[in-house]
Amino acid sequence: MLGTLLIPLIAAAIFALKLPRPLACGLNVAASLATFIAALLLVAAPPPPGALLFVDGLNGFFLVLGSFVGFTTSLFSGRYIAHEHATGRIGEGALRLYHAMFQLMLFGMNLSLLANNIGLMWVALELATLIAVVMVGLYRTPAAIEAAWKYFILGSVGIALALFGTILIYMAARGVMGDDSDAMLWTALITAAPKFDAAMLNLAFVFLLLGYGTKVGLVPLHAWLPDAHGEGPTPITAVLSGLLLNVALHALLRFKMILAANPAAIPPGVLMIALGLASVIFAAFMLYRRPDLKRLFGYSSVEHMGLIVFAFGIAGPAANFAALLQTAMHSLGKSAIFFAVGPICQAMGTQRIDRMGGLTASSPFLGWSLVAGVVAIVGMPPFGVFMSEFLIITATFARQPALAVLLGLGLLAAFAALLLRLNAVAFGAPQGEITPVPVARTPLVLHLLLVLAAGLYLPPALAAWLHEIAVRVG
Amino acid sequence: MHSLTFDIAHMLSGGLVLASFLMLYQDRLPSLINMLALQAAVLGLSVGWQAIAQDAPHLWITAALAIGFKAIAIPMALRRIIVKLDIHREIETVGGIGRTMLAGIALVALALQVVLPVTSASDALAREDIALALSVVLLGMLMMVTRRNAVSQIIGFMSLENGIILAATGARGMPLVVEISVAFSVLIAFIVVGIFLFRIRERFDTVDVTALDRLRGDGT
Repeated sequence: MLGTLLIPLIAAAIFALKLPRPLACGLNVAASLATFIAALLLVAAPPPPGALLFVDGLNGFFLVLGSFVGFTTSLFSGRYIAHEHATGRIGEGALRLYHAMFQLMLFGMNLSLLANNIGLMWVALELATLIAVVMVGLYRTPAAIEAAWKYFILGSVGIALALFGTILIYMAARGVMGDDSDAMLWTALITAAPKFDAAMLNLAFVFLLLGYGTKVGLVPLHAWLPDAHGEGPTPITAVLSGLLLNVALHALLRFKMILAANPAAIPPGVLMIALGLASVIFAAFMLYRRPDLKRLFGYSSVEHMGLIVFAFGIAGPAANFAALLQTAMHSLGKSAIFFAVGPICQAMGTQRIDRMGGLTASSPFLGWSLVAGVVAIVGMPPFGVFMSEFLIITATFARQPALAVLLGLGLLAAFAALLLRLNAVAFGAPQGEITPVPVARTPLVLHLLLVLAAGLYLPPALAAWLHEIAVRVG
Repeated sequence: MHSLTFDIAHMLSGGLVLASFLMLYQDRLPSLINMLALQAAVLGLSVGWQAIAQDAPHLWITAALAIGFKAIAIPMALRRIIVKLDIHREIETVGGIGRTMLAGIALVALALQVVLPVTSASDALAREDIALALSVVLLGMLMMVTRRNAVSQIIGFMSLENGIILAATGARGMPLVVEISVAFSVLIAFIVVGIFLFRIRERFDTVDVTALDRLRGDGT
C-alpha cells in the first residue's frame, strides 16, 4: 500500500534536484509506471483496513484507473514538454517545478483515494487541488493566471464547504459512537451510519455535495473547469479530466454511501440526479459555441461527470455498474483526446477552432486520432462509451422513464455539438500552418484501443469485479 | 446549560461573527487587514477557551497557530504586499454598505435557522459553535463575492477559514490530525496565493480581478 504513496513522493523529492530534461522525463515515466504496478499489486492482494489507509473495491478501481492514466500521461508528457521547452514556453525552473508537481499531484490523489480517515481524505484532495492550481498557472500568461485564480477561488470555497460537511458528519457520528472512538474512520462510520441523527446527516451531505461537487465540476459550480482545461499544459489537462475529477467523485461517493446506509436520511440520489442532469443539459448546450478546442473538451468533461453523478444517483447495481464503466471509459477516452489535442495545438500554434480545418488531410495521424477519440467519447458504437451510456439510459428507464428522456435529449445535444465541431476541425479544406511536432503515439493508441476493446468485449472477470463494486456502492 | 463556560464560549464565537461584520464594510485595505488580525485573535481566544472547557490540551496548538500565525505573521506579510503593490492607499468600492450589511444579517439568520433545529441532539455549546461558525463561513463568502480586489478576496477566504476552524474546534474530541492539517493547508494556501499575487503583479498594473475578466480567451 505504501508503494503507491511513497514512489510519487520520493520521485517528487528527486525532481527538486537539477536534472537534465531527458533524464527527468524518463524518471517521471519510470516512477509513474512503478506506481501503477504497485497499485495493481495492492488491488490483487488488499491488506486489512488500517486506521489511516484502507483498500476496498471502490477505491481500488479508482486507484488502478488513476495510476494507469497517470502512467500514460507521463509517457505523453515527455514529448510534449520537450517541445514546450524547446520553443521556450517553459524555462528550466518551470520544468523542474512541473515534474515535481506532477508526481506530488499523483501522491495527493492516491492518498485521498486510499484514506480511511475522512479528514485525511479531505487534506489530500486539498493538496492535489492546490498543486493543480499551480500547474494551471504554469505558463504565466494573463489568461493562464486568470484561469488559475478562478480555479483557486472556486476550489477553495468548495473545499471549505466540504470540510464543514466533514465536521458535521463527525458531530453526527460522535453522538452515537462516543468521544474516544474512531468517529472519523470511514469503515467505522459506514457500519454505525444507520444510528446517526438523520437531520444532521442531511445537512452535512448538502455541504459535501456542494463542496466536492465543485471539484467534480458539477453545474452551477463548474465555472473553473473549462478555463483550467484551456490554459494549463495539456498533460495537466489530461490528468485533471482523467483523474482529479474522479478523486473528488470518489470522496462524494463515500459520503453518499454513508447517507444511503441511514434509512431516515433523505435519499442522497435525488440531489445527485438533479445536479447531474443539470450538468449534462447545460454542458451539452454550452458545447455549441466554444471557440477554443481545449475548453470545448473541458465542457465535454462537465457533461460526462454530470452523467456519471446522475447514474450513481439513480443507484442500484445496474446503474452503478454503468457509472463505473462510464468513469473508466471517460477517463481513458478524454485523456486520449487531450493526447491528440495537445500536439494539434502545438502544431497549429493556436487553440482556436476557427483557425483549424482539414486536419485529417494535413496531419493524418493526429487528425484521425482526434476523430476516433471524439467518435468514442460521444458514445458511438462500437466504442465502450456507447455501451456504458446505453446501460445508464436503460437503467434509468427501468426506474424513472421521464428522466431517461431528458437525459437522452442532453446526450443527443452533446453528440451533435461535438460532431459539428469535429467536422469543422478535422475535415474540409486544410487551414493554417502546420509545424511538425513530436507526437507520443503509444499512449494515444493504447487508450483508444482500450476504449474500443471495452466496447467489443468486456472480460468476464473484469465485469464480475465491477459488478461486485457496484453492489457494494448500493 | 447557562454555565460560565457556555457564556464565555458563546461570547467569543459571537465576537468572531462581529469581526466578520466589521470586515464587511472596510473600504481601505490596511484597516481590512487589521480587522482580519482582530478576528484571528478572537479565534485564538475562542480556541483557547475550548481547550480549557473540553480539557483538550492539543487545542492549545491550534490556538497558538491562530494567534501567532494568522493574527500576527499573515497580517504583517499582507501589509508588506500591499505596500509593495502600492495599493495601500486605494479606496475600494464596496458597493452599498447598507445592502451588504443587510445581506450579512440575512446570512447569519439563515445559518442559525439551518443549524439549530437539526442539532438538537448535540450539547448546547457545540450547537451554538457550529451555527456561529457557519455564519462566519457565509460572511466570508459574501465578502469574496462583493470584493473585486484580489487581496480582499484572499482576506475573505481567510475569514472563511477562521469559521471552519471555529467549527472544527467546537466539535468535541475531533482528532488532532485534522486541526494541524487545516492550519497547514492554510499555510500552503497562503504560499500559493503569495505566488499568485506576484505573478499577477508581474503582468498587470492592477490586482483588480475585473482586469482579469477582460482577458478571457473564451468569448462568451
